[in-house]
Amino acid sequence: MALRELKVCLLGDTGVGKSSIVWRFVEDSFDPNINPTIGASFMTKTVQYQNELHKFLIWDTAGQERFRALAPMYYRGSAAAIIVYDITKEDSFQTLKNWVKELRQHGPPNIVVAIAGNKCDLTDAREVPEKDAKDYADSIHAIFVETSAKNAININEVFIEISQRIPMSDPGVGAGKGFKLRRQPSETRRTCC
Amino acid sequence: MDEEQQDREQPETVRCSHPESDCSPDATDSLDAAAAAAAISSHDPSLSDRDCGTEGPFPGKSAGIKIISSTNGPVEPDLQGPGGEGPSERTANHSEVSVGEVNGRSRPEGAEDEEDRPEDVSDSASTDNTLEDSSEFVVTVLTRASLEDQADGPSSEPSGLSQTPPPSNQDEDVTAESWRQHRKHVFVLSEAGKPIYSRYGNEEALSSTMGVMMALVSFVQTGDNTIRSIYSDEHTVVFMQQGPLVLVSVSCSRQSEQQLRAELLYVYNQIVSMLTQASINRIFERKKNYDLRRLLAGSEKILDGLLNLVDSDPSFLLSAVHCLPLASALRDSLSQILQKAITPNLVFSILIAKQQLLTIVQEKTVIEDARLEPADLHLLLNLIGASSAFQAGEIWTPICLPLFNPDCYFYAYISYLDPPDCTVCLLLLSTDKEAFYAVAECKRRIDEGMRAQNALSSIAKAHSYSASQVGVPDLRHFMYKPFDVPDNHRQLTQFTSPEMEAPYSSEEERSRLLDLYRYMHSRIHSSSRPLKLIYHVAERETLLAWVTGKFELYTCFSPLVTKASAINAITKLLRWIKKEEDRLFIRSPPKYSTTPNPSKSSRGSKGASDRPDGSDNGFLSLL
Repeated sequence: MALRELKVCLLGDTGVGKSSIVWRFVEDSFDPNINPTIGASFMTKTVQYQNELHKFLIWDTAGQERFRALAPMYYRGSAAAIIVYDITKEDSFQTLKNWVKELRQHGPPNIVVAIAGNKCDLTDAREVPEKDAKDYADSIHAIFVETSAKNAININEVFIEISQRIPMSDPGVGAGKGFKLRRQPSETRRTCC
Repeated sequence: MDEEQQDREQPETVRCSHPESDCSPDATDSLDAAAAAAAISSHDPSLSDRDCGTEGPFPGKSAGIKIISSTNGPVEPDLQGPGGEGPSERTANHSEVSVGEVNGRSRPEGAEDEEDRPEDVSDSASTDNTLEDSSEFVVTVLTRASLEDQADGPSSEPSGLSQTPPPSNQDEDVTAESWRQHRKHVFVLSEAGKPIYSRYGNEEALSSTMGVMMALVSFVQTGDNTIRSIYSDEHTVVFMQQGPLVLVSVSCSRQSEQQLRAELLYVYNQIVSMLTQASINRIFERKKNYDLRRLLAGSEKILDGLLNLVDSDPSFLLSAVHCLPLASALRDSLSQILQKAITPNLVFSILIAKQQLLTIVQEKTVIEDARLEPADLHLLLNLIGASSAFQAGEIWTPICLPLFNPDCYFYAYISYLDPPDCTVCLLLLSTDKEAFYAVAECKRRIDEGMRAQNALSSIAKAHSYSASQVGVPDLRHFMYKPFDVPDNHRQLTQFTSPEMEAPYSSEEERSRLLDLYRYMHSRIHSSSRPLKLIYHVAERETLLAWVTGKFELYTCFSPLVTKASAINAITKLLRWIKKEEDRLFIRSPPKYSTTPNPSKSSRGSKGASDRPDGSDNGFLSLL
């Protein structure tokens, strides 16, 4: 069976649940007291899609502002980006729009964008109406789902949809991403010593 | 003495010095004072029963001795005061200290007073009124700042404040009594008075308190002076300014000002490790009232974790790294595995188990320019401990090592080698931001190497040792820190210490012993009267601390030990350490060469860099 590597990065405000989504997907577990991610965390998971194996190389980035400048390193060369917001925080939806803008300007041209409205189990505290988000996602041709890492709602589905949207057997996306990343010229490079 | 009486009526102690004065904690290391000649300073046991008063209740009301102290001199006020009058006044003061003790004051604080008072007197006499004003100002504002109970003294406070601090919580009610009773508060604020961090409670809710703190700092600053500390009966308030940040410690732990200052420096350095000093300075140059919490959001747990470690781990007190004891053959083979897995721009490969160092391999040319300081390693260890997310995958994060270079980032690769147990952690530091995949490849090679030698199970068997292994019956615990010798100055400062066993197996007893060690440390490193040797009979144990040019040693004996047998025991202990040093310490951290020369020459240079200076290691050449 053919193995394809798909680099996926998660972007979004701090505390919206990016790491929780990844944990649910990779380990099928949930920790309500998870510590904020530092820098970025790299994990892989291989799933079968039709007659291919898709190995997701997942970059779970930190949402904290101080790591913002590092984001290009992670979305560069990505086949897909999952931008996460918290349906109970209007601000995080605004941040999401900024991420979309940034990806449009600086991201890879054919990147698949998925929008995930996380914490959909907390409907009582909802601030972002599902329809608004859905309309916005449609306007930018993005995948849209509301998810709950806590209750394992729609987590696997996001990744399945990404698998569907990735063009079939495009060797440029699949192979050798690590090297691709390194060959790119780096902006605002600060080296020590 | 009249002046002194006067001063004692002043409600608060304010210690000031000129801005240029350096508040580096290292200053305490100089042991120049002739007064400290290697004589045994032993306390009269009857008094010393109260020496370890940190654990006991404070019966009755204290005498409420409060002082103003200010200095115009640099660094340490205490030796520069009134010259010849010093000694006699000191003698006189001894009696007052004991009065204090009778009244239930704990010795450590009493001792501080004893040293400070003479100079306080003459200095405040020689300075103008502003200082006296400022002290009143201090009192009033502190009162308004809802710190009044702490500042006014312990009269109505329940005893044993420090015993059971409630669990820490950022959402804690800052007006509650329980908030005030925390043993040690730490606040960080910007020069504009904006809250940046508080150990307990929400910064927002504390903005007025922090405003008052900044008011204090600027008030003293307008007099061309710098506020260093405020003493009250129960609390010590220490101020430290680092660039555009002001750090404040409010503590009833009875630690010395120097120790508290060193802890604040750790906090500052941890912040620098996240943002770099250059960018902190740049941010505040551009916008004085910037809210730094924007950049630190989500990182509070790292600072919380640091402060908890500072309170519970003696590595911070000793500024040294704790190594896990390991057969030297095993340690060498681990080092060789790390040495073989290199990639361009890799500068440090570090292996950690149980929060202790297993081995560290360093880049040759980098380490020639600057050394890795224990404090930087502590910050890294804290970073690893503060994130559970690390256990899931491989982490790639920028991190600055403030003592190595405060202005730029390393990129740290962090991964556990034994998931899901997550006890053995690999830390690889590179200078290349884009090197993740190359560095991750090093980890695979290290993984393979470890598996081939079954190293993980050997590491799992490694554990700390018991004090009883030394074979000295009365010895309960010790901490031994060998000093670098000049021709070996790139050696990482380390210390060794056995497990804390009965009677120090409970949390309370453990922290009581650490408090005693802190007290001994503060006496040894007292800037006014440093000691080389101190024999201290406490209520439930006897401690002996000894510092020489070669080592610093703290020992804890059962209370029935005699002075002669303790000295005898120490000789035996030193001989034991000498015998075991290969196991207890990393004798010569191995090196590799990864100079940005991306040919595959790494293997070749490895042989040459393999323990090039194993012989000039002056470790423990004492006996």
